[in-house]
Amino acid sequence: MRRLKVLGVIGTLGTMLMAALWLFPLYWAVSTSLKREMNTLAVPPSWFPNPISFQGYAEVLRASALPRWYFNSVFTAVIITLAVLLLGVLCAYAISQIDFPGKTVLFWALLAGFMLPFDAMIVPLFMLINDLGQVNTFGGIILPQLVVPVVIVIFKQFFDQVPRELRDAAVIDGAGEFRILFSVYLPINWGITWALAIVTFIGAWNNFFWPFIVATSTEMMTIPVGITQVKEVYGIAYARTMAVAVLAGLPVALAYIAFQRKVTDAIMVTAGLKG
Amino acid sequence: VMTSTVNSQAAVSWSKRKRRLAAWVNALLLIAPFTIVYLLFFIYPAAKVVQLSFTNADISGIGEFVGTANYQRLLADPLFWRSLKNTGYFVLLTVVPCTALALLFALMVVRLDRLKGFVMAAFFLPYILPVSVVTLIWQWLLEPRFGVVNQLFGLRLAWFQDPVWAMPAVALVTIWWVVGFSMLLFIAGLQSIPNEYREAAAIDGATGLQIFLNITWPLLWPITTLVLTLQLIAQLKIFAQVYILTGGGPFNSTIVVLQYMYRTAFQQFNAGYASTISMVLFVIIMVASLLQFYMLRSRGVR
Repeated sequence: MRRLKVLGVIGTLGTMLMAALWLFPLYWAVSTSLKREMNTLAVPPSWFPNPISFQGYAEVLRASALPRWYFNSVFTAVIITLAVLLLGVLCAYAISQIDFPGKTVLFWALLAGFMLPFDAMIVPLFMLINDLGQVNTFGGIILPQLVVPVVIVIFKQFFDQVPRELRDAAVIDGAGEFRILFSVYLPINWGITWALAIVTFIGAWNNFFWPFIVATSTEMMTIPVGITQVKEVYGIAYARTMAVAVLAGLPVALAYIAFQRKVTDAIMVTAGLKG
Repeated sequence: VMTSTVNSQAAVSWSKRKRRLAAWVNALLLIAPFTIVYLLFFIYPAAKVVQLSFTNADISGIGEFVGTANYQRLLADPLFWRSLKNTGYFVLLTVVPCTALALLFALMVVRLDRLKGFVMAAFFLPYILPVSVVTLIWQWLLEPRFGVVNQLFGLRLAWFQDPVWAMPAVALVTIWWVVGFSMLLFIAGLQSIPNEYREAAAIDGATGLQIFLNITWPLLWPITTLVLTLQLIAQLKIFAQVYILTGGGPFNSTIVVLQYMYRTAFQQFNAGYASTISMVLFVIIMVASLLQFYMLRSRGVR
């Protein structure tokens, strides 16, 4: 018993050490961002920012396109999140609750879509967006990101579990399908809706490949695309570069920390393990 | 009397038909927005990429049918084979190590109680960040002269410019970034194993290692295959890390398939040939996805 306890303590210590190691790059980024520029290149490295300086942050916010990229990212991610959920909820409700011809075909077409890699269709997608005159516009960034079939599959599973009597009662009361969806089915499933909203937002914020292809001018870039430019601009100014990294990661990191349970739940549901 | 019965029957079936038609119209209105977006921005490009791969189209889409010329060129293109080989090497360096590490982290996390949430968050947090934030941080950590890693180990290695170390370094960055996702799936898997199994084995005198090898590991196998295929599909699509960290260099020693496709389409404007390159990835990922689909189905998950 004693030996087991000692082993347990060693295990816990090892775990903590590993967690600290895993967090270190993040600590180092934050710590560097709070140093004075000249202190970042100290040999040996100084482990804490001393004195703490916000100069890096002030400079990148003043003298770069960062505020503009922030706006682009917030704007496109919010629109994508709302639209993905709305399209998903509408379609999932019809598949789950209404009998109509072609329903099975539609659902199987959605499942088949899981197999097609978006990244391998970038060339024709770019041509299409070009033909629509949407290269380097918000529309061009947003439209292809509205296709998230897994949201429909998840909502369908949750709608399938809503007791039939609720729908029958609403139909007798004379409510139309839209009313039933938005006043009965959606409120019952707020939990999963929120969870999907958060992961969709994080996904849209983080998306790199498509915005990278379609945003061709600096002022249309989203944060993840824009910040790949700053290294060339700042050269070896690491306090500023890390300030950029921290600012770009902060919204999603905060969203995760605030809604930790929801994020992990949504990811497990998406991977098909729960729900 | 006869006619009135017939009439009322007709009225019933008429109103039934009207209701069914109304339901169809409702359904159509509900599915239309998504279906249009899906067909236009997903199914159409999926079909179009196949067609383009048989043409010499430029990036505006203008070109002619050239038969299998692109595919013949592909087979004889050393840079394509190198990009495919590099993608395979990257997959090798990431998929299995990442899955093993994820399992280790999951085993570490589930046995904690008070610290559980914190430790789980520590391992998971990197996954939530945009890829370019991850690469910025690691460019600084692995900076040749002032980077903390080289200083700590007394090295002068330019990791991302070194022909030998560039790809392993990109793999290391990737594993740090994504391991939390796989860990999460393993944690869910571990928590779904009833405690009684392990307790019963412990009472019978089994050691921790025996319990893991004979109970936990076999029960975890379905999740392990799921994690492996999800990782495989994700890592086959490697682009951003290589593009940002090495640019495919030095001397194309780290160029990957998606990057070669990007270069061909958007820097050399050869959309036809780029589509042919895409097709290779398209087919490989479809096969991997089919595998995953059947594995999920055989486990009774929709």
